Amino acid sequence: MKEITLKIENLNAYYENNQILKNISLDIYRNKITAIMGPSGCGKTSLIRCINRMFELTPKTKIEGKITLIEKINGSFKEINVYSTESTYIRRKIGMVFQKPNPFPTMSIYENVLAGFILNGIKLKKSEADSIVEDALRKVALWDEVKDKLKKRGTFLSGGQQQRLCIARALVMKPEIILLDEPTSALDPMATSKIEELLENLKSIVTIIIVTHNVGQAGRISDYVAFLYLGELLEFGLTDKVFTNPSHKKTEEFLIGKIG
Amino acid sequence: MTKKLKLRLFKDKFYFILLLILSLIPIFLFILIIIHIIKKGITVIDWSFLSQLPKPVGEEGGGILNAIVGTILLIILASILTIPIGIVTGIFLYEYSNSKLAYIVRIISEIIQGIPSIVIGILAYIWVVKPMGHFSGLSGGVALALIMLPIVIKTTEEMLKLIPNELKEASLALGTPYYRTIFKVMIPTAISGILTGILTGIARIAGETAPLLFTAFGNPFLNFDIFKPISSLPHIIYLYSISPFEDWNQKAWGASFILLIFVLFLNVLIRILSVKKK
Repeated sequence: MKEITLKIENLNAYYENNQILKNISLDIYRNKITAIMGPSGCGKTSLIRCINRMFELTPKTKIEGKITLIEKINGSFKEINVYSTESTYIRRKIGMVFQKPNPFPTMSIYENVLAGFILNGIKLKKSEADSIVEDALRKVALWDEVKDKLKKRGTFLSGGQQQRLCIARALVMKPEIILLDEPTSALDPMATSKIEELLENLKSIVTIIIVTHNVGQAGRISDYVAFLYLGELLEFGLTDKVFTNPSHKKTEEFLIGKIG
Repeated sequence: MTKKLKLRLFKDKFYFILLLILSLIPIFLFILIIIHIIKKGITVIDWSFLSQLPKPVGEEGGGILNAIVGTILLIILASILTIPIGIVTGIFLYEYSNSKLAYIVRIISEIIQGIPSIVIGILAYIWVVKPMGHFSGLSGGVALALIMLPIVIKTTEEMLKLIPNELKEASLALGTPYYRTIFKVMIPTAISGILTGILTGIARIAGETAPLLFTAFGNPFLNFDIFKPISSLPHIIYLYSISPFEDWNQKAWGASFILLIFVLFLNVLIRILSVKKK
């Protein structure tokens, strides 16, 4: 059965006088990977930044519409209106991984994993903290690589490792959804394939929305795909269906590399 | 053709040597000053010079302990007044860099930096000395704080600007409230730069004489009370160097030497900090 975990309804976003997102309605399904693709400047990043309320941090922006997060707590569902709830709560429930790996340079690897707790002033017992760190680093397949150097700075790792550390950092907050904004665009092919493999494994515990510029990547890892063009949602559906039989001409052009 | 080329090569050499000479001038002057102060100052310095109070005129010996203690106290006082205000103002300028208020604050900070230090001394006299009715270390601290403040504001703002925006977003995306992002992520990341700014400010005020003349005033006795007049190294240098006594003139050189060493030490520290940052 398909469960909806995030409902976007009639979302419009503006920067100064430009409309960046035009009347977008989209359902995100639980424990699936949804890829958002489209040519540069089509509003992919703006869309996911609307979801965790990072978009409004930029001055001179305006958002209209409704986003509902459906939180699953012990088998029962709770609807949360994203725009009428405290933004800090939303951002803990909807984690984010950025284009460029950005571990905190003043913190060790260990502290970086726990950054969500440390920065929010949540105290943990040592044993509890240790197990959270190990668990999160195992989930992102980083544990074996860093278990002997947890006290070293996070910035000491390679780009791909840093990005996995950032994913671990987001997972620790036990989010419903994690948003990934072109997480592999700054990485080499090896590191990229590791991240892709990782995302496939992670979808059993968290819903994933990934923005990608790369058609191949969307095809490889996503269950659902949304195609955005000039701020409009032209097509949304199962990846297999959209890739083999796109219903919109622009989608087809994008898939075969004519635009983008 | 070859003649033209020769001329060019000659010109090239000429300008190179010219640049070399011009850039060696400040280094030469610096070495000249250092050697002079060391030569004159080092003979005066011994343990009693550092650990004793000045003796009455005509008596040999004595030291400048009162001035060393005074300078340290004045620097601590000015730092306590400056650092919190300076850092908070710097954060404000960074966060609201496009607002009208930030624009005004920035201009005012630059104007304060341009005010001659003697005028700042007069201001401190009017603000602190007059209402209190007597000279005090506190008024000297206020005067020095006014000189130090714009330096701390400016470096704090500049250092925060250097931090990539992604880092701030990483923190906010974890659901960290705004003020915690500033104090737990931004400030720790910029801390070595901010420290550099504070040390630069201290190096600047350590040698200020003019604003202390009618605020801290000077005191021949050892004094730890900031509500009483207090001595300082630059002030004692001024006082002793214009005095008619040979012994005092010598001591002025000694005090100059100590002040120079202190400021050089601060500058080395600043260098180390800014190298570490990179």
